[in-house]
Amino acid sequence: MIVNTNGTAKIRTRDLSLFYGQKKALHHITMETPGNRVTALIGPSGCGKSTFLRSLNRMNDLIDDVRIEGQVLIDDVDVYGRHVDVVELRKQVGMIFQKSNPFPKSVYENVAYGPKINGVRDRKKLDEIVETTLKRSALWNEVKDDLKKSAFALSGGQQQRLCIARALAVDPKVLLMDEPASALDPIATAKIEELIYELKENYTIVIVTHNMQQAARVSDYTAFFYLGELVELDETKKMFTSPDKKQTEDYITGRFG
Amino acid sequence: MTKLRRTLLGASVIWGTAIAAFSIVLVVLVVMGTIVVNGAGSLSLEFFTSPPTEGMTEGGIFPAIVGTALLVIIMSIAGIPVGTITAIYLSEYANQRSVLARSIRFAVNTLAGVPAIVFGLFGLGFFVQFVGAGLDQVFTGGAELQWAQPNILWASLTMAFLTLPVVIVSVEEAVKTVPQDLRAASLALGATKWQTIWNVVLPNSVTGILTGGILAVSRGAGEVAPILFTGAAYFLPQLPTNLSDQFMELGYHVYIMSTQSTNVEATRGIQYATTLVLLMLTFLLNFTAIFLRSRLRGRTVQA
Repeated sequence: MIVNTNGTAKIRTRDLSLFYGQKKALHHITMETPGNRVTALIGPSGCGKSTFLRSLNRMNDLIDDVRIEGQVLIDDVDVYGRHVDVVELRKQVGMIFQKSNPFPKSVYENVAYGPKINGVRDRKKLDEIVETTLKRSALWNEVKDDLKKSAFALSGGQQQRLCIARALAVDPKVLLMDEPASALDPIATAKIEELIYELKENYTIVIVTHNMQQAARVSDYTAFFYLGELVELDETKKMFTSPDKKQTEDYITGRFG
Repeated sequence: MTKLRRTLLGASVIWGTAIAAFSIVLVVLVVMGTIVVNGAGSLSLEFFTSPPTEGMTEGGIFPAIVGTALLVIIMSIAGIPVGTITAIYLSEYANQRSVLARSIRFAVNTLAGVPAIVFGLFGLGFFVQFVGAGLDQVFTGGAELQWAQPNILWASLTMAFLTLPVVIVSVEEAVKTVPQDLRAASLALGATKWQTIWNVVLPNSVTGILTGGILAVSRGAGEVAPILFTGAAYFLPQLPTNLSDQFMELGYHVYIMSTQSTNVEATRGIQYATTLVLLMLTFLLNFTAIFLRSRLRGRTVQA
């Protein structure tokens, strides 16, 4: 299932299958998403969309007994290739989690964490990275007066934007978001969605969401997963008005799921 | 069963458990009371700052305090890093179902159950007679007896072995309270496993490591058997200045005063006072550990 793209195809999978022990969680997924666009992954709970997302930056490696077949290509590099350095890969492919998970450190230290572990020691350079990424994640104005304050003192929505800033600070090409707004109130959610819209200028974004309206609002492409299979992938507009598959239509219109 | 019988049964269970619990408190109070009443009179500034005199019937316990402090310090320097590293390996690296991890866990649990005197004999056999004799052989060809005799280093290392399980269990518990989310956040930023442990896991388990250390110190300070053959001295006119020196120790001091003294009756007051000092030290350490642990719990609940 391949979308006709005009930009560069940043993420492609070929015949990707994933097993938790004996249980097959993803079935032969072949797809392609364009660069600098937002692709939403939708589908009922347990359909494999989060598993799929986590296989893009190999976070599934952390779970014992996970086996993967097929390929994931990011800019034509097979991320499961033998010579791929997982640590390098995760710098290229950032991730935002469902529950905001700032470190129990200051706002500044949270953002500076990534650059620091990459060996950036220069204070000025760090200051600069912190400022640009906080601006880019639309948090700067709210925290600039007290960067030393604990990240836990921020509101839930601010914490999630801080996590986005933290991910941006290592200069990734791709951002993976696993239901980034599911724990937030509508206003904080709107801010995150606005941010996603701005970020796609510079990043390729893949977002898992349970919220149909959200998928419709923020994404350019939508992929519908069901029982570990990719049912349909198309432009969001088409998916939400006249999907090819009946299953997709049933799910989107709320007839099941 | 009639209502009366149910009520009676219920009441007797409540009273039975209450009496059992109360008797434990009572025993502690009696023990503490006896020690405080008999020992407090002998406490004075001089008692803390001067060495024993007149065949230990007069004077203070200064060398024993210093010896105990040195013992637990060297023990901590040796035991806490090893225990922390083991705990990190067990909880972060080891495959929980692997034979290696299971055997380490089994060994730690076994170690925790080994009687203290066995550690003493192990220390004598391993450190004094094997490692010490080996060192002497290497340095002086066995001509001089320096390391192949009981000393503070061997005693501390023996004690470190004894307290290792305490450290391992505390640190592992603390490491487990670090949320998985934080590890994932760090790894997703391209941090290596070690960077994640060093920058995220360890800083968030400092309280646990401290608690483990304090519990180990409090356990170590209270044990006599492990140092019996490995370094404790009956009486020394001067403080230890070298790792190969012997030392005096509070618990051991009480033991020799009550069993080896030429005039046990005359040392009675000093015995009680020394025990009181030892108890206060252990209690203080335990309370610090409890305090740190409750702070640790409070923090994880918040986060």
